[in-house]
Amino acid sequence: MAKPKPPTPTVKAYADHHVITQPNRLRKAVRYVEDKELDDPVARAEQALAGLSNEFDNWMTIECNRLAAAYAVILKDGFSKPARDELFRAAHDIKGDAATFGYASAGLAAESLCRIIEHAPDIMQVPANLIAHHINAIQAIVREQTDVDRIDVASTLSTSLRSVADEYLTAANHDRPEHLEAILAPSIVPED
Amino acid sequence: MYRIDFNKLRFLVCDDNPHMRRILRTLLHSFGAREVYESEDGATALEMFSHYVPDIVITDWSMPIFDGLELAQMIRQPDANSNPYAPIIMLTGHSEKRRVTMARDAGVTEFLAKPISAKSLYQRIMNVVTNPRPFIKTKNYFGPDRRRNTNNSYVGPERRVGGEMDVMQQPSLIDKARVTG
Repeated sequence: MAKPKPPTPTVKAYADHHVITQPNRLRKAVRYVEDKELDDPVARAEQALAGLSNEFDNWMTIECNRLAAAYAVILKDGFSKPARDELFRAAHDIKGDAATFGYASAGLAAESLCRIIEHAPDIMQVPANLIAHHINAIQAIVREQTDVDRIDVASTLSTSLRSVADEYLTAANHDRPEHLEAILAPSIVPED
Repeated sequence: MYRIDFNKLRFLVCDDNPHMRRILRTLLHSFGAREVYESEDGATALEMFSHYVPDIVITDWSMPIFDGLELAQMIRQPDANSNPYAPIIMLTGHSEKRRVTMARDAGVTEFLAKPISAKSLYQRIMNVVTNPRPFIKTKNYFGPDRRRNTNNSYVGPERRVGGEMDVMQQPSLIDKARVTG
């Protein structure tokens, strides 16, 4: 594929930096439309996403199985760096995907697990039950999600796990201010 | 009212999770994009970046071996043959202030915390298309201007020297990350 010729930027030099203003090569994609011609690309995309939603339960199950498999490796062989990293990535993917898939509480529990893996001073010293409870909770929330009566239970479970995890992490990091700051800082993601 | 012709834009999506790639592809195609290239790791994404010369890169952060932060750093090489000015949207489950700052310092243009929504993705793309920031090159940084607010009283170690410049008034990356739409 032929590469387009790069546009020429203007450069202003200062004592310790340059300011480079690049011609906006993406302006080609901007157009003015009359109100009567307006469609709504966001609504169109939301509709397309809704069309995918019949896949979400299956996807969530796959993500949960991946998390369980990562934990099974740790139970068998211990916390090697690759095993720890895979557990983190599996939990982190659930944290990011679960709300989109309709499993917001599972996402919260996964976030709590990510915080434990990321901020525990020594992952080997984390009470085994704390990690196991998170993984069991995520699996249970996904398994029982179709039962409307369980949604409140799932939310309470996630919140309780987060509370216990934060208590542990705060105590374990009392002499690590940079981690303590990250643990106690509010999330940048707004609550629904 | 201004709209984006997505069919005139070429996207590169990098995420190791196939479900998230599918969601991104669905959203971008629904917006009208035709050219959406996909990679499941940073190394392949870098190759595809050089080959396809995408207009916009959307990357996850956490990936095995070569992550999204490293990808951003590799793209932001001022002397690279491909386009080091390409907008990079970091779409990630990381949601700590420290992470936003790290992404900003790696040259990321926009930060979008998961869970993703059609509206928040559209807004980020609209912003990089219609409102590009100048690039700053210093001894240890090359990327979009990290200043989004004028603060003439700032006297910290990263204060630039050499006169005033026009600064675009925009909300900070963190403030924008807080607004998912």
